[in-house]
Amino acid sequence: MSDASAKGPAPLIEVRNIVKHFGSVIALSGVSLSVGGGEVHCLLGDNGAGKSTLIKTLAGVHRPTSGDYLVEGKPVSFANPRDALDAGIATVYQDLAMIPLMSVTRNFFMGREPVVGTTPFRRIDFNFANSVTREEMHRIGIDVRDPHQAVGTLSGGERQCVAIARAVYFGAKVLILDEPTSALGVAQTSMVLKYIHLVRQKGLGVIFITHNVRHAYAAGDRFTVLNRGKTLGTYVKAEIPMDDLQNLMAGGKELQQISTELGGTV
Amino acid sequence: MSRAQKTQEDVIAPVATAAKPGVQVDERLRKTSIVTEAMRRPELGAIAGLIVVLIFFLFTASPTMFTLSGLMTILAPASQLGILAIAAALLMIGGEFDLSIGSMIAFAGLAFAAALVNAHWPLPVAIVATMVFAAIVGAVNGQLVIQTRLPSFIVTLAFLFILRGLTLVGLKLATGGSTQLRGVDDVVQGDLVKSLFSGAAFQGFFSWLASNNLIDKFDNGLPKVSGVPVSILWFIGFAIVATWILLRTRVGNWIYASGGDPNAARNSGVPVSRVKTALFMLTACAAALVAILTVLDAGSTDARRGVQKEFEAIIAAVIGGCLLTGGYGSAIGAFIGAIIFGVVSIGLTYTSFDSDWFQVFLGAMLLMAVLFNNYIRRKVTGER
Repeated sequence: MSDASAKGPAPLIEVRNIVKHFGSVIALSGVSLSVGGGEVHCLLGDNGAGKSTLIKTLAGVHRPTSGDYLVEGKPVSFANPRDALDAGIATVYQDLAMIPLMSVTRNFFMGREPVVGTTPFRRIDFNFANSVTREEMHRIGIDVRDPHQAVGTLSGGERQCVAIARAVYFGAKVLILDEPTSALGVAQTSMVLKYIHLVRQKGLGVIFITHNVRHAYAAGDRFTVLNRGKTLGTYVKAEIPMDDLQNLMAGGKELQQISTELGGTV
Repeated sequence: MSRAQKTQEDVIAPVATAAKPGVQVDERLRKTSIVTEAMRRPELGAIAGLIVVLIFFLFTASPTMFTLSGLMTILAPASQLGILAIAAALLMIGGEFDLSIGSMIAFAGLAFAAALVNAHWPLPVAIVATMVFAAIVGAVNGQLVIQTRLPSFIVTLAFLFILRGLTLVGLKLATGGSTQLRGVDDVVQGDLVKSLFSGAAFQGFFSWLASNNLIDKFDNGLPKVSGVPVSILWFIGFAIVATWILLRTRVGNWIYASGGDPNAARNSGVPVSRVKTALFMLTACAAALVAILTVLDAGSTDARRGVQKEFEAIIAAVIGGCLLTGGYGSAIGAFIGAIIFGVVSIGLTYTSFDSDWFQVFLGAMLLMAVLFNNYIRRKVTGER
């Protein structure tokens, strides 16, 4: 069990002993986590472990009840998601990233539209927006036939990639990916995982939330397992085999029991 | 994993190609453009509808319907509805409804007339005050919807009754017991600002056309159509501005985003609450504009003004391609929807049909529009 903030410069983001209460519910009771540049940190945990609360706290949706939140070594307190975004922390939500009825371009620049012209005639610079969209899509290997086409016509994997590309384009330093692969098929999952790898090579930090150990193991450098609002531990990939990770995540014993009952298929 | 992926592709690809070769990703590159481009325009259905309706009346209505004066007779009521419909369309695209706009017309009409007749305010001041007043009511509507997170349908339904009731009570207070407030004409007589909101524009041009025998005229040389009613100009101007805002500006993108998925929009930094509040203010102001136009034209206001206009506006917006669920639609569509409305309601009087067929026609039109919109949405989003 190695502690998070081990070596090198200050991690891009770090939280220490984060506690979050919702009324009488203790959603997080002392979670610590960090991610550095060029690193994929997987956050694993079963349903109700506190993953969503943790990422919403990181993304500025919730304020922690107590605990420290550091960005590049400096303590921060975000009032809203916009603040977090401005600090370079971009969150890509599983199903809330894109608007299917709007075009790829309009989605890509949503909330940050480039404009030309003076005030009464200020308008979106569609030439620029379309060419950037086409270029960025091309870079991740999606052939956007026409940037005016609705996002609804893209596959789930493509949508995730567009959302990630958008965050990267707008200068994110840390990407928080909320179960980007959980609703995807095999081919599309590998497409997203490949793209996560690409993002890591660019030097961004990635927090990858999943409850699929295979996906985590394929993409991650370090793994933090959450259970009932607490960190069960953080592990470097070399330290822990996949099976152990799986057991840890699902609460060990119970899963082994189920596994034997089902003839070792889980 | 990559092996698994390969086998999957090996198995699926040939089947897919065999089944429908045209749908394979790469070949679609060139094929889609024209059809998809047309399908992507929300107003397509409205244009088709307008053509069908015009052809119908071309065969059944008397030819006077298609003269200049017939055109003005159709466009004058269409323009008042259209101003409401365009605002309602923007709000619907933004994901909300406003059922209180009909009552808002009566309420704003009362405020406007009372400001002129009872308070003796000058016309420009009364107009600005009415607009500000309407904007405040709209903002209250919007804030209630946003803060309570109740469906706007129910909140504005409450305001439909509240505003209608307040209008009745207020009218009786202002007139000492009557539900009609008269005397607007006497107060605004000869005011220059009045010509912006009442009467006909381009009268000189129309006289010139008549003197050169380019349009129909009476025996005394005056043109049969003295000019373009100003409400039509407001209607066209509003449609152009609204279309520009929707399609070309940041605010337009925010409106689509707020209606398409407010959470996703908020996560991307779109000020959803502000956009929605502004849209509620816009619909209320559109209702106030219609109130000012009609009160100045009639010289009075009464409690029954704008009854059912909220439904007509929403119907025109839906015929124009707006989805009830928000996030999709167009201002031009609502513009055409309102014209269809005018053509059918006035057109029937030019035919031998009983004009009470209007409502049947309207209902059928609405049903067709909804089915068509639904189909288009599935096409656009690739939903199955």
